[in-house]
Amino acid sequence: MTMRRALALACAVLLAVVFVWTARSLPRWRSTTQAVAAPSPTAPAPPGRKIKARLFYVSESGMKLTGVERDVAYAENATEQAREIVTAQVGRVAEPLVSAVPPGTTLRALFLTDNGQAFVDLSREVAAAHLGGTVNELLTVYTIVNAVTANLPAITSVQVLVDGKEVDTLAGHVDLRRPLAKNLAWVQ
Amino acid sequence: MNARSVPFLSSAFSLALAIGLLSQPAPAPTPSLTLLSKEGRRPLPIVMVGDQEFVGLDDLAAAFQLAVHEESFGALTVSYKGKTIVLTPDQTLASVSGRLISLPAPPARRGARWLVPLEFISRALAPIYDVRLELRKPSHLLLVGDVRAPYVTVRYDPLGNAGRLTIDATPRATSTVSQEGEHITIKFDADALDIANPPLAPQGAQSLVQTVRAADATTLVVDLGPRFAGFKAAAQPVDTTMRLVIDVVAAQTETTPAPPPAPSADLPGTPAPAELPPALNPPAFAIRTITVDPGHGGDDEGVKGAAGAKEKDLTLSVARRVKAAIEGRLGIRVLLTRDEDRNVPIDERTAIANNNKADLFISVHLNGSMRRSTSGASIFCAAFDDEAHAAAASSGAERLPTFGGGLRDIELVPWDLAQTRHIAQSTAFAAILEQQLRGHVPLAETPIDHAPLRVLESSNMPAVLVELGYLTNTDQEKLITGDAFQSAFVQAVYDAVVRFRDTLGPGGTP
Repeated sequence: MTMRRALALACAVLLAVVFVWTARSLPRWRSTTQAVAAPSPTAPAPPGRKIKARLFYVSESGMKLTGVERDVAYAENATEQAREIVTAQVGRVAEPLVSAVPPGTTLRALFLTDNGQAFVDLSREVAAAHLGGTVNELLTVYTIVNAVTANLPAITSVQVLVDGKEVDTLAGHVDLRRPLAKNLAWVQ
Repeated sequence: MNARSVPFLSSAFSLALAIGLLSQPAPAPTPSLTLLSKEGRRPLPIVMVGDQEFVGLDDLAAAFQLAVHEESFGALTVSYKGKTIVLTPDQTLASVSGRLISLPAPPARRGARWLVPLEFISRALAPIYDVRLELRKPSHLLLVGDVRAPYVTVRYDPLGNAGRLTIDATPRATSTVSQEGEHITIKFDADALDIANPPLAPQGAQSLVQTVRAADATTLVVDLGPRFAGFKAAAQPVDTTMRLVIDVVAAQTETTPAPPPAPSADLPGTPAPAELPPALNPPAFAIRTITVDPGHGGDDEGVKGAAGAKEKDLTLSVARRVKAAIEGRLGIRVLLTRDEDRNVPIDERTAIANNNKADLFISVHLNGSMRRSTSGASIFCAAFDDEAHAAAASSGAERLPTFGGGLRDIELVPWDLAQTRHIAQSTAFAAILEQQLRGHVPLAETPIDHAPLRVLESSNMPAVLVELGYLTNTDQEKLITGDAFQSAFVQAVYDAVVRFRDTLGPGGTP
């Protein structure tokens, strides 16, 4: 009996912690059924299977993004696929490609909501290692926003989180308090 | 306020008032602050420490009968008639009769002398001095006592066979206009004029108005060209400014006799011919306050250049120059969101503009790129999605009770969406600024863009963010840190403000 009570109490505490964490870090996220914060061990993609995804890098002029078609691991569901795309997008690239995402940035978590919003939680390097500058920051933000929305038409907007939290900006310019819609005006 | 005798000004300076003109001093190796009272004027040497202007405490003590003591514990005390200012070396905070004030820089020691920033006069000395002290930093002018020295700006707009001189005096000062041969004389009812030198750049030999110069402390002389035939003058108060408009016209043909010179009188003159538009440049003083926002600051350094330039330092330096140019030459109040190296939250920046009911918001930044060759200045306006526009449009008004009874409709706009109502004017100002920058400052491929920029979204007035160029480009870093570039940029902003103001009606609408 005591064991059962202890187990029930532990479950309740665990649920409460999960609830509080979710409510605080993701105030806009509501009742989604597709939340995945880590690679799902239950739905692995068949090894070696790829999709063509359009990823974004800094153009020659430095003032726009340019779309590049790259192989990205195939996933069974939209959330997993978005995660694979963003992981590929923030990963290191070799010359002549130049990424607008600061080096060292990793994807911490990614959530989709029922109304077509994506929450992309990036590691702190995306802000801490940012070079600064309005255009540079716009390119960083729209690299992520466009990588998700251009490849997954069901996703219409993306909110970038940093280290699990909502942030005002990455480097003092672009408003990240709301989800941003796809914007191909920043793509040449 | 009654004029009071100021002890430091001896009668030897009285003569100087009659012949002296208050003007921005011509570039000189050692600038000085001009002290002006009813009794006369007197220079006070300025010492540059870094990019800050300082004055010697010993000079201030002699001029204002202050007692300065260096205390054993390191503090400096400045006393005047029982009131005390306490300064601490290496500290920008000072105590003025027990109240803390901040200075843009701490006191500096030069040999045996102590120097204090010019702002010491307005922020520390003025509150304890028993005569009014008004520091006009852009003009290097310190008014002592009840001295009437209006800001005066002169502009000339040629238009074919006619032209218009617009002379603004702030605060209002009346004037008498008369013609004497090939000159129009404008005599102001004031003690002195706070005006650029020269008041107007030479206009060329064929211009109806060739030059405007200061004849004495309160008189301007307009030198007329050979084609001049007549003029018409009219003065009109616009807000706190008295605007004098002088329309000049050229002779139509060689056989047309020139009108006789107008007699000396209050605002007379020959009637302007019908060809001159009745409202060539209608009085429009819709811009009273501008907020200039130096981007970043404190631990937020912004973009850093390879040679060591920091965005936060350059934005502050340029913003100060913009403020000096606009305040000194246009008489428009310019507020900086920061005047020191500190981190100001974004909402505080827009709050300064909104709470002071600024008519224009200009955020100054420097750009960065992952590509080292990227270059060029650009201007940003805010961008909102459809959802935001709909939210702003549906916010509507709320009927609230007022003191004394009754109800009043208060228009409510969400703070984050305040800019939605000003996008058109922001874009209009951006276009004007681009025109003024073009040819003087290297521009980016797309000089004007719209983006969801945090500092613009909450601004409840026309607002732009200007990127001067790319600090990540070594050539641009060298260019932007230079005086020539910064001067060209400041002039472009000044010209853009003048032109934007002219597009607005008196109520601030196009």
